[in-house]
Amino acid sequence: MSKGFLEIENLSQRFPQPDSDDLMTVFEGVDLEIQKGEFVCLIGHSGCGKSTILNVLAGLATPTDGNVIMDNKEIKGPSLEQGVIFQNHSLLPWLSARDNVMFAVRARWPNWSKQKRLDHAEKYLKMVGLDHAMDRKPSQLSGGMRQRVGIARAFAIEPKLLLMDEPFGALDALTRGVIQEELLKIWSETHQTVFMITHDVDEAILLADRVLLMTNGPHAKVAESVKIDIPRPRERATLHQHESYYKIRNHLVDFLVHRAKDMSQEAQQEAAQGLDPRHQPRHVNPAKPSESAAPQERAAIRAV
Amino acid sequence: MNREATMNELNPALERMIPFLRLADQVRRRVQYPTVGIAGLFALWWWGGWLIANNEDTMAFASFAPGPTLAAFWDLVSSGNVWKPIESSLYRVGWGLFYAIAIGVPMGVMIGYFLTLKQITHVPFQFLRMISPLAWMPIAVLAFATWDGAIIFLIAIAAIWPITYATAHGVQRIDPMWLKVGSNLGANPIHTLRYIVMPAIAQDVFAGIRLAVGVAWIVLVPAEYLGVTSGLGYAINDARDTLEYDKLAAFVLVIGIIGYMLDAICVRLIKRSSYHAES
Repeated sequence: MSKGFLEIENLSQRFPQPDSDDLMTVFEGVDLEIQKGEFVCLIGHSGCGKSTILNVLAGLATPTDGNVIMDNKEIKGPSLEQGVIFQNHSLLPWLSARDNVMFAVRARWPNWSKQKRLDHAEKYLKMVGLDHAMDRKPSQLSGGMRQRVGIARAFAIEPKLLLMDEPFGALDALTRGVIQEELLKIWSETHQTVFMITHDVDEAILLADRVLLMTNGPHAKVAESVKIDIPRPRERATLHQHESYYKIRNHLVDFLVHRAKDMSQEAQQEAAQGLDPRHQPRHVNPAKPSESAAPQERAAIRAV
Repeated sequence: MNREATMNELNPALERMIPFLRLADQVRRRVQYPTVGIAGLFALWWWGGWLIANNEDTMAFASFAPGPTLAAFWDLVSSGNVWKPIESSLYRVGWGLFYAIAIGVPMGVMIGYFLTLKQITHVPFQFLRMISPLAWMPIAVLAFATWDGAIIFLIAIAAIWPITYATAHGVQRIDPMWLKVGSNLGANPIHTLRYIVMPAIAQDVFAGIRLAVGVAWIVLVPAEYLGVTSGLGYAINDARDTLEYDKLAAFVLVIGIIGYMLDAICVRLIKRSSYHAES
Protein backbone atom coordinates (compact mmCIF):
# COMPACT_ATOMS: atom_id res chain seq x y z
CA MET A 1 0.00 0.00 0.00
CA SER A 2 1.42 3.35 -0.99
CA LYS A 3 1.96 5.83 1.76
CA GLY A 4 0.35 9.23 1.48
CA PHE A 5 2.17 12.52 1.75
CA LEU A 6 0.15 13.31 4.84
CA GLU A 7 -0.90 10.44 7.09
CA ILE A 8 -3.31 10.90 9.94
CA GLU A 9 -3.45 7.81 12.15
CA ASN A 10 -6.08 7.02 14.76
CA LEU A 11 -6.51 10.65 15.69
CA SER A 12 -8.73 11.30 18.72
CA GLN A 13 -9.48 14.33 20.82
CA ARG A 14 -11.10 14.22 24.25
CA PHE A 15 -11.68 17.14 26.54
CA PRO A 16 -12.42 17.18 30.26
CA GLN A 17 -15.93 18.34 31.06
CA PRO A 18 -16.68 20.93 33.70
CA ASP A 19 -19.50 18.96 35.42
CA SER A 20 -18.37 15.38 34.98
CA ASP A 21 -15.33 13.16 35.52
CA ASP A 22 -15.77 11.53 32.11
CA LEU A 23 -13.94 12.94 29.16
CA MET A 24 -15.94 14.32 26.29
CA THR A 25 -14.89 12.69 23.04
CA VAL A 26 -15.04 15.20 20.23
CA PHE A 27 -13.83 12.86 17.51
CA GLU A 28 -11.98 9.58 17.59
CA GLY A 29 -10.21 7.00 15.51
CA VAL A 30 -9.70 9.16 12.44
CA ASP A 31 -7.51 7.63 9.72
CA LEU A 32 -6.80 9.83 6.73
CA GLU A 33 -4.39 10.10 3.86
CA ILE A 34 -3.74 13.12 1.71
CA GLN A 35 -1.58 13.00 -1.39
CA LYS A 36 0.96 15.63 -2.36
CA GLY A 37 -0.61 18.45 -4.32
CA GLU A 38 -4.13 17.51 -3.35
CA PHE A 39 -6.75 20.11 -2.44
CA VAL A 40 -8.92 18.67 0.29
CA CYS A 41 -11.90 20.33 1.95
CA LEU A 42 -13.38 19.26 5.27
CA ILE A 43 -17.06 19.91 5.90
CA GLY A 44 -19.02 19.25 9.05
CA HIS A 45 -21.37 20.89 11.49
CA SER A 46 -20.12 23.16 14.24
CA GLY A 47 -18.67 21.32 17.20
CA CYS A 48 -17.54 18.20 15.33
CA GLY A 49 -13.90 19.11 15.83
CA LYS A 50 -12.95 20.37 12.37
CA SER A 51 -10.85 23.20 13.72
CA THR A 52 -9.20 20.90 16.22
CA ILE A 53 -8.07 18.61 13.39
CA LEU A 54 -6.69 21.62 11.55
CA ASN A 55 -4.92 22.88 14.66
CA VAL A 56 -3.36 19.44 15.13
CA LEU A 57 -2.11 19.51 11.55
CA ALA A 58 -0.74 23.00 12.18
CA GLY A 59 0.99 21.76 15.31
CA LEU A 60 -0.90 24.33 17.37
CA ALA A 61 -2.83 21.67 19.28
CA THR A 62 -1.87 18.25 20.62
CA PRO A 63 -4.34 15.40 20.07
CA THR A 64 -5.31 13.10 22.91
CA ASP A 65 -4.41 10.09 20.76
CA GLY A 66 -2.94 9.31 17.42
CA ASN A 67 -0.37 11.04 15.31
CA VAL A 68 0.18 12.88 12.09
CA ILE A 69 3.03 12.16 9.72
CA MET A 70 3.88 14.56 6.96
CA ASP A 71 6.53 13.64 4.42
CA ASN A 72 7.75 10.82 6.70
CA LYS A 73 8.12 13.15 9.67
CA GLU A 74 5.82 13.40 12.62
CA ILE A 75 4.18 16.76 13.21
CA LYS A 76 4.90 17.65 16.80
CA GLY A 77 4.66 21.40 16.92
CA PRO A 78 4.17 24.44 14.78
CA SER A 79 6.68 24.88 12.00
CA LEU A 80 7.11 26.75 8.77
CA GLU A 81 6.29 23.55 6.87
CA GLN A 82 2.66 24.19 7.74
CA GLY A 83 1.23 27.53 6.71
CA VAL A 84 -2.08 28.59 8.19
CA ILE A 85 -4.70 31.02 6.95
CA PHE A 86 -7.07 31.85 9.76
CA GLN A 87 -10.66 32.97 9.47
CA ASN A 88 -10.15 36.52 10.67
CA HIS A 89 -7.06 37.35 8.64
CA SER A 90 -4.85 37.70 11.74
CA LEU A 91 -2.54 40.36 10.35
CA LEU A 92 -0.32 42.32 12.70
CA PRO A 93 -2.01 45.73 12.77
CA TRP A 94 1.15 47.77 13.23
CA LEU A 95 2.76 46.44 10.06
CA SER A 96 1.91 47.36 6.47
CA ALA A 97 0.63 44.69 4.10
CA ARG A 98 4.14 44.30 2.70
CA ASP A 99 5.74 44.06 6.14
CA ASN A 100 3.21 41.49 7.24
CA VAL A 101 4.32 39.24 4.40
CA MET A 102 7.99 40.19 4.92
CA PHE A 103 7.66 39.19 8.56
CA ALA A 104 6.75 35.65 7.50
CA VAL A 105 9.34 35.54 4.71
CA ARG A 106 12.08 36.57 7.11
CA ALA A 107 11.05 33.88 9.56
CA ARG A 108 11.21 31.31 6.74
CA TRP A 109 14.49 32.35 5.15
CA PRO A 110 16.46 34.35 7.75
CA ASN A 111 19.59 34.26 5.61
CA TRP A 112 18.12 35.88 2.51
CA SER A 113 19.15 39.41 1.64
CA LYS A 114 16.63 42.12 2.28
CA GLN A 115 16.13 42.72 -1.42
CA LYS A 116 15.46 39.05 -2.07
CA ARG A 117 12.92 38.92 0.72
CA LEU A 118 11.28 42.07 -0.56
CA ASP A 119 11.01 40.74 -4.11
CA HIS A 120 9.62 37.47 -2.85
CA ALA A 121 7.00 39.17 -0.65
CA GLU A 122 5.93 41.53 -3.40
CA LYS A 123 5.63 38.69 -5.89
CA TYR A 124 2.99 37.04 -3.74
CA LEU A 125 1.21 40.30 -2.95
CA LYS A 126 0.96 40.91 -6.68
CA MET A 127 -0.43 37.40 -7.15
CA VAL A 128 -3.37 38.30 -4.92
CA GLY A 129 -3.81 41.62 -6.73
CA LEU A 130 -2.53 43.98 -4.05
CA ASP A 131 0.16 45.78 -6.08
CA HIS A 132 -1.33 49.15 -5.21
CA ALA A 133 -1.97 48.61 -1.50
CA MET A 134 1.28 47.16 -0.21
CA ASP A 135 2.09 50.14 1.99
CA ARG A 136 -1.27 50.24 3.69
CA LYS A 137 -1.86 49.12 7.22
CA PRO A 138 -4.53 46.47 7.85
CA SER A 139 -6.89 49.10 9.24
CA GLN A 140 -6.75 50.85 5.86
CA LEU A 141 -7.68 47.70 3.95
CA SER A 142 -11.12 46.22 3.34
CA GLY A 143 -11.98 42.83 4.76
CA GLY A 144 -11.34 41.12 1.45
CA MET A 145 -7.99 42.81 0.99
CA ARG A 146 -6.89 41.81 4.47
CA GLN A 147 -7.74 38.21 3.76
CA ARG A 148 -5.73 38.45 0.54
CA VAL A 149 -2.72 39.61 2.52
CA GLY A 150 -3.26 36.59 4.76
CA ILE A 151 -3.32 34.34 1.69
CA ALA A 152 -0.20 35.98 0.26
CA ARG A 153 1.56 35.53 3.59
CA ALA A 154 0.67 31.84 3.81
CA PHE A 155 1.66 31.10 0.20
CA ALA A 156 4.84 33.19 0.46
CA ILE A 157 6.47 30.87 2.98
CA GLU A 158 5.85 28.04 0.49
CA PRO A 159 4.82 25.52 3.12
CA LYS A 160 4.55 21.82 2.41
CA LEU A 161 1.02 21.93 3.70
CA LEU A 162 -1.34 24.88 3.56
CA LEU A 163 -4.09 24.91 6.15
CA MET A 164 -7.15 27.13 5.89
CA ASP A 165 -9.77 27.50 8.57
CA GLU A 166 -12.88 28.90 6.90
CA PRO A 167 -10.76 31.53 5.20
CA PHE A 168 -13.67 33.29 3.55
CA GLY A 169 -16.23 32.93 6.32
CA ALA A 170 -16.09 36.58 7.29
CA LEU A 171 -16.38 37.96 3.75
CA ASP A 172 -19.42 39.06 1.81
CA ALA A 173 -20.57 36.79 -1.01
CA LEU A 174 -19.21 38.90 -3.88
CA THR A 175 -15.74 39.30 -2.40
CA ARG A 176 -15.71 35.64 -1.46
CA GLY A 177 -16.33 34.65 -5.07
CA VAL A 178 -13.52 36.83 -6.37
CA ILE A 179 -11.01 35.60 -3.82
CA GLN A 180 -11.99 31.96 -4.35
CA GLU A 181 -11.07 32.32 -8.00
CA GLU A 182 -7.81 34.03 -7.11
CA LEU A 183 -7.04 31.22 -4.71
CA LEU A 184 -7.71 28.70 -7.49
CA LYS A 185 -5.40 30.60 -9.79
CA ILE A 186 -2.54 30.71 -7.30
CA TRP A 187 -3.09 27.07 -6.40
CA SER A 188 -2.97 26.03 -10.05
CA GLU A 189 0.41 27.78 -10.29
CA THR A 190 1.96 26.40 -7.12
CA HIS A 191 0.14 23.10 -6.55
CA GLN A 192 0.40 23.32 -2.81
CA THR A 193 -1.11 20.58 -0.75
CA VAL A 194 -4.13 22.26 0.79
CA PHE A 195 -6.34 21.23 3.68
CA MET A 196 -9.27 23.58 4.10
CA ILE A 197 -12.25 23.78 6.41
CA THR A 198 -15.42 25.29 5.05
CA HIS A 199 -19.16 25.49 5.68
CA ASP A 200 -19.91 26.29 2.10
CA VAL A 201 -20.78 23.30 -0.10
CA ASP A 202 -20.39 25.24 -3.34
CA GLU A 203 -17.02 26.56 -2.28
CA ALA A 204 -15.87 23.01 -1.58
CA ILE A 205 -17.05 21.78 -4.98
CA LEU A 206 -15.34 24.65 -6.74
CA LEU A 207 -12.01 24.25 -5.01
CA ALA A 208 -11.47 20.71 -3.87
CA ASP A 209 -10.27 17.45 -5.38
CA ARG A 210 -11.86 15.66 -2.48
CA VAL A 211 -14.36 16.64 0.19
CA LEU A 212 -14.19 14.97 3.59
CA LEU A 213 -17.48 14.79 5.44
CA MET A 214 -17.61 14.69 9.20
CA THR A 215 -20.50 13.41 11.29
CA ASN A 216 -21.75 15.43 14.23
CA GLY A 217 -19.97 15.28 17.55
CA PRO A 218 -19.54 13.97 20.11
CA HIS A 219 -17.79 10.84 18.83
CA ALA A 220 -17.55 12.45 15.42
CA LYS A 221 -16.04 10.52 12.53
CA VAL A 222 -14.73 11.40 9.14
CA ALA A 223 -17.34 9.29 7.45
CA GLU A 224 -16.86 9.90 3.75
CA SER A 225 -14.33 11.08 1.26
CA VAL A 226 -16.24 12.42 -1.71
CA LYS A 227 -14.41 12.75 -4.99
CA ILE A 228 -15.17 15.94 -6.89
CA ASP A 229 -15.11 14.49 -10.38
CA ILE A 230 -15.19 17.77 -12.30
CA PRO A 231 -12.25 18.59 -14.54
CA ARG A 232 -10.11 21.67 -13.99
CA PRO A 233 -9.82 24.52 -14.69
CA ARG A 234 -13.14 25.15 -12.99
CA GLU A 235 -15.00 28.42 -13.06
CA ARG A 236 -17.68 29.59 -10.74
CA ALA A 237 -19.84 30.84 -13.58
CA THR A 238 -19.95 27.53 -15.45
CA LEU A 239 -19.47 25.03 -12.66
CA HIS A 240 -23.15 24.27 -12.19
CA GLN A 241 -23.51 23.37 -15.84
CA HIS A 242 -21.31 20.32 -15.44
CA GLU A 243 -23.30 17.11 -15.45
CA SER A 244 -21.85 15.85 -12.17
CA TYR A 245 -22.37 19.09 -10.28
CA TYR A 246 -25.84 18.42 -8.90
CA LYS A 247 -25.11 14.78 -8.17
CA ILE A 248 -22.18 15.85 -6.04
CA ARG A 249 -23.98 18.75 -4.48
CA ASN A 250 -27.04 16.67 -3.57
CA HIS A 251 -24.83 14.03 -2.06
CA LEU A 252 -23.03 16.56 0.12
CA VAL A 253 -26.18 18.39 1.20
CA ASP A 254 -27.98 15.12 1.95
CA PHE A 255 -25.11 14.10 4.18
CA LEU A 256 -25.09 17.38 6.07
CA VAL A 257 -28.85 17.55 6.49
CA HIS A 258 -29.67 13.92 7.29
CA ARG A 259 -26.88 11.44 7.55
CA ALA A 260 -24.45 13.50 9.67
CA LYS A 261 -26.96 13.26 12.52
CA ASP A 262 -28.00 9.64 11.96
CA MET A 263 -24.44 8.43 11.76
CA SER A 264 -23.58 10.40 14.85
CA GLN A 265 -26.23 8.46 16.78
CA GLU A 266 -24.86 5.18 15.45
CA ALA A 267 -21.37 6.23 16.49
CA GLN A 268 -22.54 7.01 19.99
CA GLN A 269 -24.23 3.62 20.31
CA GLU A 270 -21.07 1.94 19.07
CA ALA A 271 -19.02 3.91 21.56
CA ALA A 272 -21.38 2.85 24.35
CA GLN A 273 -20.86 -0.79 23.29
CA GLY A 274 -17.09 -0.26 23.42
CA LEU A 275 -16.41 -1.00 19.74
CA ASP A 276 -13.13 0.07 18.19
CA PRO A 277 -13.82 3.55 16.78
CA ARG A 278 -10.92 3.50 14.37
CA HIS A 279 -12.15 4.10 10.84
CA GLN A 280 -11.24 5.23 7.37
CA PRO A 281 -13.61 7.35 5.35
CA ARG A 282 -15.69 5.56 2.76
CA HIS A 283 -14.61 6.68 -0.68
CA VAL A 284 -17.52 7.95 -2.72
CA ASN A 285 -17.80 9.29 -6.24
CA PRO A 286 -21.34 10.59 -6.69
CA ALA A 287 -20.66 11.15 -10.38
CA LYS A 288 -19.94 7.43 -10.88
CA PRO A 289 -21.65 5.51 -8.06
CA SER A 290 -20.18 2.18 -9.23
CA GLU A 291 -16.69 3.34 -8.28
CA SER A 292 -17.59 3.94 -4.68
CA ALA A 293 -15.90 1.61 -2.25
CA ALA A 294 -17.76 -0.43 0.31
CA PRO A 295 -17.73 0.97 3.84
CA GLN A 296 -15.41 -0.39 6.53
CA GLU A 297 -13.18 -1.92 3.91
CA ARG A 298 -10.04 -1.31 5.89
CA ALA A 299 -11.50 -2.56 9.13
CA ALA A 300 -12.24 -5.85 7.39
CA ILE A 301 -8.71 -6.11 6.06
CA ARG A 302 -7.28 -5.52 9.47
CA ALA A 303 -9.48 -8.17 11.01
CA VAL A 304 -8.02 -10.83 8.70
CA MET B 1 -11.77 84.22 -26.69
CA ASN B 2 -13.57 81.93 -24.36
CA ARG B 3 -13.41 82.05 -20.63
CA GLU B 4 -10.99 79.20 -20.19
CA ALA B 5 -8.34 81.01 -22.18
CA THR B 6 -8.57 84.12 -20.02
CA MET B 7 -8.22 82.03 -16.94
CA ASN B 8 -5.16 80.34 -18.32
CA GLU B 9 -3.56 83.71 -18.83
CA LEU B 10 -4.13 84.64 -15.23
CA ASN B 11 -2.94 81.36 -13.88
CA PRO B 12 0.89 81.26 -13.99
CA ALA B 13 1.41 83.93 -11.35
CA LEU B 14 -1.39 82.58 -9.23
CA GLU B 15 -0.25 79.04 -9.68
CA ARG B 16 3.14 79.80 -8.23
CA MET B 17 1.42 81.20 -5.18
CA ILE B 18 -0.74 78.17 -4.57
CA PRO B 19 1.74 76.11 -2.53
CA PHE B 20 2.40 79.12 -0.28
CA LEU B 21 -1.28 79.84 0.13
CA ARG B 22 -1.89 76.22 0.99
CA LEU B 23 0.93 76.26 3.54
CA ALA B 24 -0.36 79.49 5.07
CA ASP B 25 -3.78 77.95 5.36
CA GLN B 26 -2.38 74.87 7.05
CA VAL B 27 -0.42 77.00 9.53
CA ARG B 28 -3.50 79.06 10.25
CA ARG B 29 -5.59 75.99 10.92
CA ARG B 30 -3.04 74.51 13.28
CA VAL B 31 -2.33 77.74 15.12
CA GLN B 32 -5.61 79.58 15.39
CA TYR B 33 -7.24 77.78 18.32
CA PRO B 34 -4.09 77.26 20.41
CA THR B 35 -3.44 81.01 19.97
CA VAL B 36 -6.86 81.79 21.38
CA GLY B 37 -6.15 79.53 24.37
CA ILE B 38 -2.74 81.07 25.06
CA ALA B 39 -4.16 84.58 24.70
CA GLY B 40 -6.90 83.68 27.19
CA LEU B 41 -4.38 82.44 29.71
CA PHE B 42 -2.32 85.61 29.33
CA ALA B 43 -5.41 87.77 29.76
CA LEU B 44 -6.28 85.95 32.94
CA TRP B 45 -2.72 86.33 34.20
CA TRP B 46 -2.67 90.01 33.35
CA TRP B 47 -6.02 90.53 35.07
CA GLY B 48 -4.77 88.73 38.22
CA GLY B 49 -1.65 90.87 38.21
CA TRP B 50 -3.75 93.99 37.85
CA LEU B 51 -5.94 92.96 40.82
CA ILE B 52 -2.89 92.28 42.97
CA ALA B 53 -1.26 95.57 42.02
CA ASN B 54 -4.45 97.52 42.86
CA ASN B 55 -5.01 95.93 46.24
CA GLU B 56 -3.14 97.60 49.07
CA ASP B 57 -2.65 94.31 50.94
CA THR B 58 -1.02 92.53 48.04
CA MET B 59 0.73 95.36 46.25
CA ALA B 60 4.12 94.00 47.31
CA PHE B 61 3.59 90.99 45.00
CA ALA B 62 2.84 93.04 41.89
CA SER B 63 5.84 91.63 40.07
CA PHE B 64 3.95 88.35 39.56
CA ALA B 65 2.25 90.12 36.65
CA PRO B 66 3.17 89.26 33.05
CA GLY B 67 5.31 92.36 32.42
CA PRO B 68 7.88 91.93 35.20
CA THR B 69 7.80 88.15 34.84
CA LEU B 70 8.59 88.22 31.13
CA ALA B 71 11.37 90.73 31.75
CA ALA B 72 12.84 88.45 34.43
CA PHE B 73 12.39 85.46 32.12
CA TRP B 74 14.33 87.24 29.40
CA ASP B 75 17.07 88.06 31.92
CA LEU B 76 17.31 84.41 32.96
CA VAL B 77 17.53 83.19 29.39
CA SER B 78 19.89 85.85 28.08
CA SER B 79 22.24 85.56 31.06
CA GLY B 80 22.20 81.76 30.75
CA ASN B 81 21.31 81.39 34.42
CA VAL B 82 18.26 79.39 33.48
CA TRP B 83 20.17 76.36 32.21
CA LYS B 84 21.83 75.16 35.38
CA PRO B 85 18.63 74.51 37.39
CA ILE B 86 17.01 72.97 34.31
CA GLU B 87 19.95 70.65 33.89
CA SER B 88 19.84 69.47 37.51
CA SER B 89 16.10 68.95 37.41
CA LEU B 90 16.14 67.08 34.11
CA TYR B 91 18.97 64.91 35.39
CA ARG B 92 16.85 63.85 38.37
CA VAL B 93 13.67 63.37 36.36
CA GLY B 94 15.60 61.49 33.69
CA TRP B 95 17.08 58.97 36.11
CA GLY B 96 13.83 58.68 38.04
CA LEU B 97 11.95 57.86 34.85
CA PHE B 98 14.70 55.51 33.74
CA TYR B 99 14.32 53.40 36.87
CA ALA B 100 10.54 53.60 36.70
CA ILE B 101 10.58 52.32 33.10
CA ALA B 102 13.26 49.70 33.73
CA ILE B 103 11.24 48.23 36.59
CA GLY B 104 7.70 49.19 35.57
CA VAL B 105 7.61 47.78 32.03
CA PRO B 106 8.80 44.25 32.87
CA MET B 107 6.57 44.27 35.93
CA GLY B 108 3.62 45.38 33.81
CA VAL B 109 4.30 42.66 31.21
CA MET B 110 4.30 40.03 33.98
CA ILE B 111 1.14 41.37 35.62
CA GLY B 112 -0.62 41.56 32.27
CA TYR B 113 0.47 38.07 31.31
CA PHE B 114 -0.13 36.16 34.55
CA LEU B 115 -3.57 36.66 36.00
CA THR B 116 -2.45 35.17 39.32
CA LEU B 117 0.27 37.76 39.65
CA LYS B 118 -2.27 40.49 38.98
CA GLN B 119 -4.47 39.18 41.77
CA ILE B 120 -1.54 38.82 44.18
CA THR B 121 -0.19 42.31 43.54
CA HIS B 122 -3.51 44.14 43.32
CA VAL B 123 -3.99 45.10 46.99
CA PRO B 124 -0.37 45.91 47.88
CA PHE B 125 0.21 47.89 44.68
CA GLN B 126 -2.98 49.92 44.92
CA PHE B 127 -2.10 50.57 48.58
CA LEU B 128 1.40 51.77 47.72
CA ARG B 129 0.16 53.75 44.73
CA MET B 130 -2.14 55.85 46.89
CA ILE B 131 0.65 56.97 49.23
CA SER B 132 1.96 60.36 48.19
CA PRO B 133 5.55 59.95 47.04
CA LEU B 134 6.47 62.89 49.23
CA ALA B 135 5.37 60.88 52.25
CA TRP B 136 8.42 58.70 51.59
CA MET B 137 10.68 61.75 51.87
CA PRO B 138 12.01 61.14 55.42
CA ILE B 139 12.66 57.47 54.65
CA ALA B 140 14.28 58.33 51.34
CA VAL B 141 16.61 60.80 53.01
CA LEU B 142 17.65 58.16 55.54
CA ALA B 143 18.03 55.43 52.95
CA PHE B 144 20.03 57.33 50.36
CA ALA B 145 23.44 58.85 50.90
CA THR B 146 22.81 61.82 48.61
CA TRP B 147 19.90 64.21 48.14
CA ASP B 148 19.99 63.44 44.45
CA GLY B 149 19.53 59.76 45.21
CA ALA B 150 16.57 60.50 47.46
CA ILE B 151 14.85 62.70 44.88
CA ILE B 152 15.42 60.18 42.09
CA PHE B 153 13.88 57.54 44.33
CA LEU B 154 10.82 59.71 44.97
CA ILE B 155 10.34 60.38 41.27
CA ALA B 156 10.77 56.72 40.40
CA ILE B 157 8.27 55.57 43.00
CA ALA B 158 5.74 58.12 41.75
CA ALA B 159 6.29 57.28 38.06
CA ILE B 160 6.34 53.51 38.31
CA TRP B 161 2.58 52.98 38.79
CA PRO B 162 1.20 54.54 35.64
CA ILE B 163 3.89 52.78 33.60
CA THR B 164 3.24 49.40 35.22
CA TYR B 165 -0.51 49.54 34.84
CA ALA B 166 -0.52 50.95 31.32
CA THR B 167 1.88 48.18 30.25
CA ALA B 168 -0.26 45.51 31.91
CA HIS B 169 -3.32 46.92 30.15
CA GLY B 170 -1.50 46.79 26.83
CA VAL B 171 -0.48 43.17 27.34
CA GLN B 172 -4.06 42.19 28.12
CA ARG B 173 -5.20 43.76 24.87
CA ILE B 174 -2.89 41.57 22.78
CA ASP B 175 -4.99 39.52 20.37
CA PRO B 176 -4.21 35.82 20.97
CA MET B 177 -4.35 35.50 17.20
CA TRP B 178 -1.11 37.51 16.85
CA LEU B 179 0.65 35.06 19.15
CA LYS B 180 -0.79 32.18 17.15
CA VAL B 181 0.59 33.73 13.97
CA GLY B 182 3.96 34.08 15.65
CA SER B 183 4.11 30.49 16.83
CA ASN B 184 2.94 29.30 13.42
CA LEU B 185 5.93 31.12 11.95
CA GLY B 186 8.19 29.39 14.43
CA ALA B 187 8.81 32.31 16.77
CA ASN B 188 10.56 31.43 20.03
CA PRO B 189 9.69 33.33 23.24
CA ILE B 190 12.35 35.99 22.58
CA HIS B 191 11.11 36.57 19.02
CA THR B 192 7.55 36.75 20.30
CA LEU B 193 8.53 39.37 22.85
CA ARG B 194 10.59 41.39 20.39
CA TYR B 195 8.40 41.27 17.28
CA ILE B 196 4.88 40.80 18.61
CA VAL B 197 4.52 41.78 22.27
CA MET B 198 6.72 44.89 22.17
CA PRO B 199 5.18 46.53 19.09
CA ALA B 200 1.72 45.52 20.29
CA ILE B 201 2.09 47.23 23.66
CA ALA B 202 4.31 50.17 22.60
CA GLN B 203 1.51 52.68 22.42
CA ASP B 204 0.21 51.70 25.86
CA VAL B 205 3.70 51.87 27.34
CA PHE B 206 4.22 55.36 25.93
CA ALA B 207 0.81 56.43 27.19
CA GLY B 208 1.90 55.22 30.63
CA ILE B 209 5.19 57.08 30.30
CA ARG B 210 3.28 60.21 29.38
CA LEU B 211 1.25 60.00 32.58
CA ALA B 212 4.44 59.18 34.48
CA VAL B 213 6.25 62.21 33.07
CA GLY B 214 3.40 64.39 34.28
CA VAL B 215 3.52 62.92 37.77
CA ALA B 216 7.33 63.01 37.91
CA TRP B 217 7.47 66.63 36.84
CA ILE B 218 4.92 67.53 39.52
CA VAL B 219 6.72 65.60 42.27
CA LEU B 220 10.08 67.06 41.29
CA VAL B 221 9.43 70.64 42.41
CA PRO B 222 8.29 69.97 46.00
CA ALA B 223 11.03 67.35 46.32
CA GLU B 224 13.57 70.01 45.39
CA TYR B 225 12.21 72.40 48.02
CA LEU B 226 13.98 70.25 50.56
CA GLY B 227 17.66 69.91 51.10
CA VAL B 228 19.14 70.33 47.64
CA THR B 229 20.79 73.50 46.39
CA SER B 230 20.07 73.13 42.70
CA GLY B 231 17.15 72.56 40.37
CA LEU B 232 13.99 74.42 39.52
CA GLY B 233 12.27 73.73 42.83
CA TYR B 234 15.25 75.08 44.69
CA ALA B 235 15.36 78.13 42.37
CA ILE B 236 11.74 78.94 43.21
CA ASN B 237 12.30 78.58 46.92
CA ASP B 238 15.43 80.68 46.67
CA ALA B 239 13.61 83.44 44.76
CA ARG B 240 10.92 83.47 47.44
CA ASP B 241 13.49 83.84 50.22
CA THR B 242 15.13 86.74 48.42
CA LEU B 243 11.74 88.35 47.61
CA GLU B 244 12.43 88.29 43.84
CA TYR B 245 8.86 87.53 42.85
CA ASP B 246 9.39 88.31 39.17
CA LYS B 247 12.15 85.71 39.07
CA LEU B 248 9.97 83.26 40.97
CA ALA B 249 7.20 83.68 38.42
CA ALA B 250 9.74 83.34 35.60
CA PHE B 251 10.81 79.94 36.99
CA VAL B 252 7.16 78.90 37.20
CA LEU B 253 6.96 79.80 33.52
CA VAL B 254 10.08 77.70 32.80
CA ILE B 255 8.58 74.71 34.64
CA GLY B 256 5.40 75.02 32.58
CA ILE B 257 7.25 75.29 29.28
CA ILE B 258 9.53 72.32 29.92
CA GLY B 259 6.62 70.26 31.22
CA TYR B 260 4.73 71.05 28.06
CA MET B 261 7.68 70.06 25.91
CA LEU B 262 8.17 66.75 27.73
CA ASP B 263 4.50 66.00 27.26
CA ALA B 264 4.69 66.89 23.57
CA ILE B 265 7.57 64.44 23.11
CA CYS B 266 5.48 61.71 24.72
CA VAL B 267 2.50 62.52 22.49
CA ARG B 268 4.80 62.18 19.48
CA LEU B 269 6.02 58.78 20.67
CA ILE B 270 2.45 57.60 21.27
CA LYS B 271 1.40 58.69 17.81
CA ARG B 272 4.36 57.04 16.15
CA SER B 273 3.80 53.72 17.87
CA SER B 274 0.04 53.66 17.66
CA TYR B 275 -1.89 51.39 15.38
CA HIS B 276 -5.53 50.85 14.88
CA ALA B 277 -6.54 47.31 15.75
CA GLU B 278 -9.70 46.41 13.90
CA SER B 279 -11.82 43.37 14.57
